[in-house]
Amino acid sequence: MSPDPNGRIRVAIVDDEDLARQVLREYLSSHPEIEIVAECANGFEAVKAVAELKPDLVFLDIQMPKLDGFEVLELIGNDTAVVFITAHDNFAIRAFEVHATDYLLKPVSAARFEAALQRAKERLEGKSPAAAVAPAELAAAARPASQHVDRIPVRDGARVSIIPVAKLDYVEAQDDYVALVSEGKKHLKQQTIASLEAALDPSRFMRVHRSYIVNLERVAKIEPYSKDSHVAVLTTGAQLPVSRAGYARLREFLDR
Amino acid sequence: MTILLTYLLSFTHETTVEEALILAVPLCIFYAFVCQSAQYSCRALPPERVGLDKLGLIHAGAAAMAGALWVFSAMVLAWILSSSINALRGLSDRLHAGPELPIIFVTGFLVYLLSTLGYYVQIALEASRDAEARLMRMSILAREAELKALKAQVNPHFLFNSLNSISALTSSDPAKAREMCILLGDFLRRTLGLGEKSTIPLDEEMSLIHAFLAVEKTRYGARLQMEETIAKDALAVDVPPLLLQPLVENAISHGIANLVDGGWIRLNVGCDNGNVSIVLENLFDPEAPARRRNGVGLANVRQRLQARYGNRASFLAKAEGDRFRVSIVVPSGEATSKEATAS
Repeated sequence: MSPDPNGRIRVAIVDDEDLARQVLREYLSSHPEIEIVAECANGFEAVKAVAELKPDLVFLDIQMPKLDGFEVLELIGNDTAVVFITAHDNFAIRAFEVHATDYLLKPVSAARFEAALQRAKERLEGKSPAAAVAPAELAAAARPASQHVDRIPVRDGARVSIIPVAKLDYVEAQDDYVALVSEGKKHLKQQTIASLEAALDPSRFMRVHRSYIVNLERVAKIEPYSKDSHVAVLTTGAQLPVSRAGYARLREFLDR
Repeated sequence: MTILLTYLLSFTHETTVEEALILAVPLCIFYAFVCQSAQYSCRALPPERVGLDKLGLIHAGAAAMAGALWVFSAMVLAWILSSSINALRGLSDRLHAGPELPIIFVTGFLVYLLSTLGYYVQIALEASRDAEARLMRMSILAREAELKALKAQVNPHFLFNSLNSISALTSSDPAKAREMCILLGDFLRRTLGLGEKSTIPLDEEMSLIHAFLAVEKTRYGARLQMEETIAKDALAVDVPPLLLQPLVENAISHGIANLVDGGWIRLNVGCDNGNVSIVLENLFDPEAPARRRNGVGLANVRQRLQARYGNRASFLAKAEGDRFRVSIVVPSGEATSKEATAS
């Protein structure tokens, strides 16, 4: 995240309301070093713009069509500084006080906006460290514990797809990524398997192995593999390793 | 009761006053327990479900059995007393000879019936107290739902977003900013006045909705389209305040706001057979990200209708494909909350 050699900062503004974007545009217009590279009115456009134009800084509304601000943050990676803008959202305030570069409340005052911009600049110049955690982890931390996701947004380049959890067969951990397998396709996402496990409904998904989470509805049978391990055969034909602890959990679930 | 029995027993001169007292005290204590059993049969046989004649027969039978038990216990007691205490020798025989046993039986029979009656009175009192408490609770719930509706009214989200729009307009279009301030003020003033009213004409609710939409229209622009078809007779009908406005707000924040190109909201109000039927339909994105506060507005309207009209009103909310529809039917007559509390 190195600043542009000429000191220019490339900014994207994301808000579904034209008037809300207008305020930010106006505030930014007094800063000659700022270049507005994109204005987006929904989550899909935002992800696409960030992937293609790689802005340094994004002003991001939370409630929007298609993808909300949290989902956008999950998908754009952490090379971009994000300032959230929201009308009234205690929950976002709490979660992002720690992690996001800044958050602004509507109506946004000029002074508060300048402070946020200053903070973003410091972050871009490397004076303050970027969040060390992946954005998907932040979004997971921001979700109330009792609430489970019913869909998972994934990004492939500038293309966003949304996987409803009912169509998710299983999840496999691959280094820093998870591979989500749904309808015969594999989607990669930068997230740890543990945080994905926490986001999924435990009555529908189970961690059967250090590297695997399975959709319980897809489990056709469990077969012994070696002395202490088993394989789960899914209705799709896929075979997943099941650890000893995973087997105990599965048995407990199947016996119930 | 002890005194009565003592008097009755000594009256016949077969037994002395002292002997009568010795018999009566333990017998009465024992019988007090027997009579308590009437409580269970009373609770098991509510008069409104069992016929009165059948009820009388059952309780008379129970009373006869209790009386017989009492006679038997008097005999046993007299026998024990006369065989163990010298001074009371012959008491048992004298008891058998005189009219004491029938007296004991009749007294026992009547006392048992009286206590049955007493228990029924007690049960009836309890039931009426319960009903009163329930009614009180119901009206408190109804009031709470009303207050919640009024409080939820000025949704902070709506207010802050509107202020943000005004702040945007101040530099680009000051005249429009002023207009929006006035529209917002108009809407807020209308909602403030609603606190004291239990019903308002539908006409007034519609003006409130128009004030609300005027503000939202500034924010959403062409994305928000409202279509209304309202029967003329319906406008004069009294409805609870804030019956429709939360539904319109819901249609915007959960429907239109999630659609990139916006969409329509259609309101249809008809009037027939003493009912007003209201259908509010809007487009929405079934795959939209979930929003918090979901359905709070709907649940509140449903509760208020239930509390006020009971089953004379109906409320149905349903998503079908990309359309969300709320259908409400409320009585159009003089349906006030007074009527609901009296029934």
